[in-house]
Amino acid sequence: MNISQTEPLLLSDDAHAGDYIALMKPRVMSLVIFTALVGMLMAPQTIPAMHPVLMLVALILIAAGAGASAVLNMWYEADIDAKMERTAARPIPSGRVLRGEALTLGICLAAFSVVSLGVLINYLSGALLLFTIVFYAWFYTMVLKRRTPQNIVIGGAAGALPPVIGWAAATNTLALEPFIFFLIIFLWTPPHFWALALIKNEDYKRVNIPMLPVVAGIKTTLWNILAYSLLLVGASALPYVLGFSGLLYMQVAMIMGAGFLTLAITTLLVRQKNKWAGGLFAYSIFYLFVIFSALLLDRGLA
Amino acid sequence: MEPQWTQALLKSRRRKATLLAIVLGAVVLMFYLVTVVKLGANIMQRAL
Repeated sequence: MNISQTEPLLLSDDAHAGDYIALMKPRVMSLVIFTALVGMLMAPQTIPAMHPVLMLVALILIAAGAGASAVLNMWYEADIDAKMERTAARPIPSGRVLRGEALTLGICLAAFSVVSLGVLINYLSGALLLFTIVFYAWFYTMVLKRRTPQNIVIGGAAGALPPVIGWAAATNTLALEPFIFFLIIFLWTPPHFWALALIKNEDYKRVNIPMLPVVAGIKTTLWNILAYSLLLVGASALPYVLGFSGLLYMQVAMIMGAGFLTLAITTLLVRQKNKWAGGLFAYSIFYLFVIFSALLLDRGLA
Repeated sequence: MEPQWTQALLKSRRRKATLLAIVLGAVVLMFYLVTVVKLGANIMQRAL
């Protein structure tokens, strides 16, 4: 006999430790940690410079905040996750973790990360982290996602904020530079997500999520991907144009941007969506990693 | 009705408890380290 049939449980018995980590979307978290680190390291070194221990703590807390957003997202989305091929094996729809557990974990993690970042680092970064979690877990997940095909465009702001939080953690101020990093990730998100939405189009149709390919069709989506890719490549030139990054960064950004545009155009022309959109999705992740590494490298050499 | 505690259930519960203990320990260590770092040189400012 299974215990869960006989008494109410606080913790699921089928869950492994890994299931709670899976709730935090560790792959998304790694991108958050990386971009927040870039924001921190690109910030002007105040005197005294940020202590490495504080830097590590800030990164851990920002990652915990991102994890909280993901857990709350999975708590809310459990119904549609269960019906989608891509997400049916997630801890809640597969029954290994209880919905209530996820909600508790998400709220505790959110409160802990925001308060700790505010108290241990500074209030500005704590407030920004709170804004990011609320924006993603409430505004994107509960308001936008099921209502508008612009869901991931507007919601992308949450994913674009980590470098701004990193900058704020290091300096306790805001400046133009972190918002340029914000703009790059913000414009990167739509082509990145729509490439995925193209591949998983049938999934999204089935659960009535108004992703752009579902609502407007494949052709319109591919044109939108191209439009945002152009804006992205333009924005990626700004760190050089505004003078806070050098020629090395600019060269990398333009080469990577040319690759991005080539893939976007090819996908549009060939329209073998599954084959090329998959390539575009994979490349977009690689692209963001290389661009932000180039920013760091350029700063290191300067 | 008495629940049945299978070996697998106990093992899974123990593993989760261990994870939680590690996380709590890490949080304590984190606050301790930040406190020391923030005290900085002032950590030596006390009567000997």
